[in-house]
Amino acid sequence: MNGVHDMGGMHGMGPAESEKNEPVFHARWEARVFALNRAVGAWGKWNIDASRHQKELIPPAEYLRISYYEKFLIGMIELLVKSGLVTRAEVESGKPARGSKKATPPLTVDKVAVLVANGVPASRNTPVTPKFRAGQRVRARNLNPTGHTRLPRYARGKTGTIERDHGVFVFPDTNAHFLGENPQHLYSVRFGARDLWGDQAAPQDAVYVNLWDDHLEPA
Amino acid sequence: MDGTRRGFLQAALTAAGAATTPVYAQAQGGGHGEAQQAVPSDPALRVKSLESLLVEKGLVDRKAVDALIDTYEHKIGPRNGARVVARAWADSAYKQRLLTNADAALAELGYGGLQGEHMVAVENSAKVHNLVVCTLCSCYPWPVLGLPPVWYKSEPYRSRSVIDPRGVLRELGLDLPADVEVRVWDSTAELRYMVIPERPTGTETLGEEQLASLVTRDAMIGVAKVSASLTGGRS
Repeated sequence: MNGVHDMGGMHGMGPAESEKNEPVFHARWEARVFALNRAVGAWGKWNIDASRHQKELIPPAEYLRISYYEKFLIGMIELLVKSGLVTRAEVESGKPARGSKKATPPLTVDKVAVLVANGVPASRNTPVTPKFRAGQRVRARNLNPTGHTRLPRYARGKTGTIERDHGVFVFPDTNAHFLGENPQHLYSVRFGARDLWGDQAAPQDAVYVNLWDDHLEPA
Repeated sequence: MDGTRRGFLQAALTAAGAATTPVYAQAQGGGHGEAQQAVPSDPALRVKSLESLLVEKGLVDRKAVDALIDTYEHKIGPRNGARVVARAWADSAYKQRLLTNADAALAELGYGGLQGEHMVAVENSAKVHNLVVCTLCSCYPWPVLGLPPVWYKSEPYRSRSVIDPRGVLRELGLDLPADVEVRVWDSTAELRYMVIPERPTGTETLGEEQLASLVTRDAMIGVAKVSASLTGGRS
């Protein structure tokens, strides 16, 4: 979707400023949201792509106004309700509905270290023939789906070069909508900065974008 | 950053709270409209309420939540990446392995896993400077750098790193010569990037541990260089 989250190339957001000796979390609730999000994710009711898309659906003015972990919180609540793990009424009251059965959490404390150490790989062993090869000139397709996509607007219609084929990966554009993993080759595509931004960019600079077979066409 | 970006965020948080309060009151009062926004406005209260619901329903184990927080607050952070960089500087064969198969090379030092399942290392030199961003969200290599700082997740960094990397770097304190090639890596997939900074001159006699103490988080994102005089740290 052409949402405000897809902000590569936008102006007017202010200067980049770092914070000295920044803590990992600025408030305890941020830490709780971060960890709760992982803990409920362990139910396997949604995937990381659906989780990203849920945050993209936050209306643009609100998306820009609220903090990072508030977006996490809103996205998590929406997915919890959509998946049926909790009801809207339960979120509002903070109490389980009368008579609801108590579940057993999938992510228990003894499983945390394994989750952290193994992660959730997105590569697949499915044999899929790559559509492109390293060194080939390609164009990012001019796609404007209303759903989730990892093809940023600034690259669409632009020509670049396949730098590296990373192998077969889950395709987020379908996976986010539970339409299948649609595994396909994932590449690093090098776009010349001037091909993206015109003469204001330095001629030797470049932006590398990870794109999948379905995002690309031969140039 | 107090009084600047963080101050802005605090103000924004307050504004967000103010904006959602009437909606909450409305839903509480009559249950009409905007049910989607019907949550208390203060994030701390909202989270507390949600956590107690999830625990009471048996959906999460509170001890697992505590363990996750402890992991990323105390155990996993940029010191991991610094050790990797120091090893790469000290051992050129290791550096080659890191550049060609980062996952295997990181596993040699015991690093990998959540949000670093598929790693790529890129190397800075006198002629090439690499910079990592995620324009679409906030993807970041957790196993080697920990969780991302606020500025990395912020709109200014996400929006302008691809169109004006040199300007963004100047704002963050790094002025690059015009003839250097800047390579920006937009983390649009599940690949996670780490930058191997240039080894500073004057460090030829240092051991790996001393080298690691020089390597900063910002240098591994690509918004700083490593200085021989710095005493590393979290940023």
